[in-house]
Amino acid sequence: MKFGVVIFPGSNCDQDVIQVLERVSNKPVARLWHKDHDLQSCDFIVLPGGFSYGDYLRSGAIARFSPIMQEVIGHANKGGYVMGICNGFQILTEAGLLPGALLRNTEQKFICRNVHIRPETTDLLPTRRLEKGKAYQVPIAHGEGRFYADADTLQRIKDQDQVMFRYCNSHAAIAPDTNCNGSIESIAGISNEGRNVFGMMPHPERAADPDLGNMDGLLIFESLLEAVPA
Amino acid sequence: MRFNKKATGVEQQLTTVETAKKLGLLPEEFEKIKNILGRTPNFTELSIFSVMWSEHCSYKNSIVWLKTLPKKSARMLAEAGEENAGLVDIGGGLACSFKIESHNHPSAIEPYQGAATGVGGINRDIFTMGARPIAQLNSLRFGNIQNDKTKRLLKGVVKGIGDYGNAFGIPTVGGELYFDECYNVNPLVNAFSAGIVEVGKTASAIAEGVGNPVFIVGSATGKDGIHGATFASEDITEASAEKLPSVQVGDPFQEKLLLEATLEVLESGCVVGMQDMGAAGITCSTSEMSAKGESGMEVWLDKVPTRQKDMVPFEILLSESQERMLIVVHKGQEDKIKAICDKWDLYCAQIGEVTDTKRLKYYMHGELVADVPAEDLVLGGGAPVYHREYREPAYFKEAQQFSIDQVTEPKGLEEYRKIAEFLASHPNICSRRWVYHQYDSMVGTATMTTNRPSDAAIVKVKGSDKAISITVDCNSRYVNANPEEGCAIAVAEAARNIVCSGGEPVAITNCLNFGNPYVPEVYWQFVGAIKGMKKACEKFETPVTGGNVSFYNQSSDEGPVFPTPTIGMLGILENKELATTLAFQNAGDLIYLVGAAQNDINSSEYLYSYHGVKLSPSPAFDLETEYQVQDATKHLIREKLVQSVHDISDGGLYIALLESAMPQNLGFDIQTDSTFRKDAYLFGESQSRIVISVAPAQQAAFESALKGQNTAFTLLGTVTTGECRIDNEAFQNTVEIKKLYDTALEKLMN
Repeated sequence: MKFGVVIFPGSNCDQDVIQVLERVSNKPVARLWHKDHDLQSCDFIVLPGGFSYGDYLRSGAIARFSPIMQEVIGHANKGGYVMGICNGFQILTEAGLLPGALLRNTEQKFICRNVHIRPETTDLLPTRRLEKGKAYQVPIAHGEGRFYADADTLQRIKDQDQVMFRYCNSHAAIAPDTNCNGSIESIAGISNEGRNVFGMMPHPERAADPDLGNMDGLLIFESLLEAVPA
Repeated sequence: MRFNKKATGVEQQLTTVETAKKLGLLPEEFEKIKNILGRTPNFTELSIFSVMWSEHCSYKNSIVWLKTLPKKSARMLAEAGEENAGLVDIGGGLACSFKIESHNHPSAIEPYQGAATGVGGINRDIFTMGARPIAQLNSLRFGNIQNDKTKRLLKGVVKGIGDYGNAFGIPTVGGELYFDECYNVNPLVNAFSAGIVEVGKTASAIAEGVGNPVFIVGSATGKDGIHGATFASEDITEASAEKLPSVQVGDPFQEKLLLEATLEVLESGCVVGMQDMGAAGITCSTSEMSAKGESGMEVWLDKVPTRQKDMVPFEILLSESQERMLIVVHKGQEDKIKAICDKWDLYCAQIGEVTDTKRLKYYMHGELVADVPAEDLVLGGGAPVYHREYREPAYFKEAQQFSIDQVTEPKGLEEYRKIAEFLASHPNICSRRWVYHQYDSMVGTATMTTNRPSDAAIVKVKGSDKAISITVDCNSRYVNANPEEGCAIAVAEAARNIVCSGGEPVAITNCLNFGNPYVPEVYWQFVGAIKGMKKACEKFETPVTGGNVSFYNQSSDEGPVFPTPTIGMLGILENKELATTLAFQNAGDLIYLVGAAQNDINSSEYLYSYHGVKLSPSPAFDLETEYQVQDATKHLIREKLVQSVHDISDGGLYIALLESAMPQNLGFDIQTDSTFRKDAYLFGESQSRIVISVAPAQQAAFESALKGQNTAFTLLGTVTTGECRIDNEAFQNTVEIKKLYDTALEKLMN
């Protein structure tokens, strides 16, 4: 499994996710520059968090037009793995690789803090090693993370078992006050229908180092190793 | 103002003393300029002098005293005033560059952009040194939180810091927030940044080598922020809103690109020297770099990429447009810098070259528009140096009259509960989460204090076993009560926070926020603060690496702000395993008070806000005792004899206990000491006291380690599962008081 992380101008979680992936996979991770067209034969592409191109228009709206994204879209359409974290998730919805959209948080403010999420299915690569019904503490850091989809789309996402994570409390229960950004049905992460493209707002790479006192996110990266390259 | 936009020649539009006064210069300064030039300056030249000789750039009213501060230590790689920021050797071939700076006046007028560009500016100071920023702090002071204006300013400032810092991608890991009426008109916004660089890979702000090309890199130059440095050197008045063009506009995306490009350009080996453009823009960077290199520069202003058409020379020279860098490159290596800037889609234009004339010659379309000697513009060169008059203000003696006996001791449990709730929900003490949840505090995956809170923010230095510990501190109420003692306390508190976090204090940066220096009573506060800082920095061996001076923090109607010398301190954890949390860990652990209690409520939040006594001396403090308490604490941490360590500051012992209890929803059961007034024991803010929790199995080892340390200590009680008990009475429940503490600020803001 060869991982590659796309670096857009304004990406700022690229190094964080590269470091975790290199530690987990024990292999070098490819840096994929936004102006390039070469995916360097990576099997698994990660779009990291940050503010691609400044995100001045709408988060992810410009990044989707970058040269590298044309290759990422092609890779995904061929069944290749792609995962977007935070800004990466926003870019994937803008690029049409994931359904729905990420809107401004209901509080209208950027929020950075620890939250809990629970996996809604373990039949997706990133949740394979997680336990259903268990809460994982993973931080969020975003201003536009409120997941939204129209009723039909939402129904389809649920019918196809594409909901990857929901926000919850430390006991894995969902309540109004556990929905940190106002996402529809507390959705924190989803996959596409093909189950090869994943997006999540929380940052598992920020919960994967014993020095930081939280290892709940590491399992998500370790789960990725179970993939059989396409 | 008589100024013909068409005529730009040196011999034209000569100035008068009236023009000089409008630009903020004194008549004698105008005379001095005429002597330096041997002629009357034109408007462009006078503008150059006015910004370079403003307090902001020249430190003319403060440098005499700043020079008395200690600035040497074995770790110091760049001393105060030598470079854009201090540089400290942290061992293992690494150095830390750190600095604090104010953006008070812009934030008073336009809080969002004022604060945002403050963050941008301080980070540029760090990466101009070649260091990659890894953490930011900020220190904020506002007026009465009940005022709508205060709320508007606070919301704007926090959003500005958040939007800029979050997009730039460097975590904001801590800070201070303080409210007092004295900041109603003039809030204080101080931003701190720290970065890491390999020793020997730093850049210097120097221009040398005749013929070497001078490049401007980053954003295009616009009309924003013209005369910003002069603006920062005046009192705030009603007319200040008319100075809106003096406030710059920030673009964190450009800053992020500039950071990456700058570090790559430096790595490529083509750089002779570089300096970011902050106050006074191209004027300041070209003159300071030339003066440092004892060289000169020819600058072609028409080559500067501009945002607006028809910008005239003085506008280009004085523009404080953000996200720009001046880089002198080795001749023949121009292609390297151009290729890197092209990669990052940044403007990159050669705007001049280094000369040996020691003069700055600015040209517009081939015509010389200003010709000034570099050395005469800068601090340490020809910039004026003043010894200001100072005088003890009347309030100082009055404050010394206060005695604790003038305050009736509270009677009974109910009143103590009321005071405890008052303090826990007081805007100066309650949780700051409304603020810090808006900041990305975790990007970079190095913040060790997210899940293990500590008295100072701890950030690991990746690629090493080390971590840095950083804090900003100043209780300006203490400094107002007694500038010398209060400022010594600010340094001591910063050091105490570093020590409690497991670090070794190594150096400070300061942000000296004061009123108008021409008012003798204000200058007395400044002088006192410097004296206090000096003695404390000498004691803790934490030299001053730099910072900034912000005078004129006052409004003409309401007088000066409290003297506020904010201390930003850097500490080192040789091994990140020394990181120590303030949070109680286990019910049943023993709680100790290290340091001696005092019968003292001077200048406490309790006295000031609950009893409304506005004038009293600064809290009890003895530098030698403080040093010993800190030394003992360091020893206990190194010997791994502690479960948690938290210093006692605002709100006293009670608040310290509560802060240690809340993270894990634990409580405490303690006994007070009847030889002291109970209110002084619980809420007094006498210094040099630390709350430490210890596992019962380590009690004997802990006590015997302390007995060898010449430091007073008391066993207060034990950690409980969630009840707070004082003197065998149920006082409060942690979960309930935590709700009050956590939500107090957001209730006020929403």
